[in-house]
Amino acid sequence: MSQQQGLEITLEFGGGAELLFGNLKKHQVTLPACEGKWTIRSLLTWMKDNLLKERPELFIQGETVRPGILVLVNDADWELLGQLDYEIEAKDNILFISTLHGG
Amino acid sequence: MSLESKSIFQMEKEIADLRELLRSKEQELRVLKECEGSKTHLSVEKLSKDDIERFSRQIIIPSIGVKGQQLMKGASVLIVGAGGLGCPAAQYLTGSGIGHIGLVDYDEVDRSNLHRQLLHSQENIGVSKVSSAAEALRRLNSNVRISEHSLQLDSSNALNIVQQYDVVIDATDNVATRYLLNDACVISGKPLVSGSALRLEGQLTVYNHHQGPCYRCIFPKPPPPETVTNCGDGGVLGAVPGVIGVLQALEAIKIVLGWTGVLSGQLLLFSGEQSTFRNIRLRAKNPSCDVCGDHPLITKLIDYEQFCGAKATDKESGLSLLKQEQRVSPETLHRSFICKNEGIVIDVRDSEEFNMCALPNSINIPLKKLEEVTTIQKIKEILDSRKKNEENFPVYVLCRRGNDSQRAVLKLEQSLGNENVAVCDLEGGLHAWARAIDSSFPIY
Repeated sequence: MSQQQGLEITLEFGGGAELLFGNLKKHQVTLPACEGKWTIRSLLTWMKDNLLKERPELFIQGETVRPGILVLVNDADWELLGQLDYEIEAKDNILFISTLHGG
Repeated sequence: MSLESKSIFQMEKEIADLRELLRSKEQELRVLKECEGSKTHLSVEKLSKDDIERFSRQIIIPSIGVKGQQLMKGASVLIVGAGGLGCPAAQYLTGSGIGHIGLVDYDEVDRSNLHRQLLHSQENIGVSKVSSAAEALRRLNSNVRISEHSLQLDSSNALNIVQQYDVVIDATDNVATRYLLNDACVISGKPLVSGSALRLEGQLTVYNHHQGPCYRCIFPKPPPPETVTNCGDGGVLGAVPGVIGVLQALEAIKIVLGWTGVLSGQLLLFSGEQSTFRNIRLRAKNPSCDVCGDHPLITKLIDYEQFCGAKATDKESGLSLLKQEQRVSPETLHRSFICKNEGIVIDVRDSEEFNMCALPNSINIPLKKLEEVTTIQKIKEILDSRKKNEENFPVYVLCRRGNDSQRAVLKLEQSLGNENVAVCDLEGGLHAWARAIDSSFPIY
């Protein structure tokens, strides 16, 4: 089913990943209506074009996130939900967390 | 004035000598007690009068009881890293009556550690972190056996050390040691309580516990080295690793007591800024994991610095991007810029660092901003007003240690190519400046 209206979701960043997105930890965004469904794969491309402020290679490598960034959909690891193929639903909360190594 | 400062100096020396004497007496006493203890070895897990008086407040918790306290007395926990995470973890584990604590660290106490690594006191600057922490822990509870491993954990020694303990706490500060410790724990079958902290955030999880995932299940590939920030560069508020370190001690105690509810297969995210804890569900153990999977490829420890492309410390090593003629010594900079007022100095550190301490009349332009057209325009305007028709007008670039300044020189040479300037960096950065020219300048 195609999505006629935009898809409202929350994007969050942590562990330093926010530094690449204007140092803002929480973004309320509306993904534009599109043919087919929004997936994390298409979200990443959209983020690269619309939201990433600097040095995209520190966030995206190839079609996925770089090693060391965890993607969490509604507080669950995206691996549990189909990773890049997860179909995004309205009101989803998607958190990108860069893992910390300091101590 | 000179008389007074001399007597302060003498007093400080006397106190240092007394401390040294105290240390050796404590060591003697410990040896005596160990001999005594080995004669009455049978009572190791039986609770003594001291134990009961000391631990009564936790023994009376029904889920702990005498049995739980005995389990703790018979247990051993290895803490790798005696820093911002390791100090609070070790403190609470020692306080709780874990019978044997191992400490691993290769480093020495530095003044910049003291705001968060609270087992170390300012008298111990320059002392090995392991012996400094062990001293403080023995003062807390002299009945706990503390084993000191004052060394850099690596592939040659990790298994031997890890195998001696029941639970391992990862309180390290770098990616290579985190992979090393994970693999060593998987190979030896030990649970790993992993914590980390930076700026105002902390993360906590338990790996390799009861068929839960290991570090490699979640992170099969190491992060690119340029994306990893350490506490020295990113900063850290002391109480944040404090929170995570204390929680690591708690998870280790729960594992020793055999409780359910251990943070395995989950990741706890702590935000000091928002005062929130967020508990994330992680993926299950990966059956094709390189180290803990059904057919592991890694069955003995590998070269982790090579695997991660980064050193197993949080210290940045010296870069060498420039030719020698593109670099100046602190002495040359002093003669030219300070004494003769030649050229300009651009300091490429972040503004927070610049505001802490900087050379007089230096201009702050953070490295990141050198990409911006408006920044280059601003530099050109400054040059126009300063250099008149001089040939090879000096543009000195500096930073904290002399790494970012080299990157900046390469950028500036491109963008100021037609300006008739000589762009150089201060070799060794402000650290070298403080050592060679101005000892009152802070080394941080």
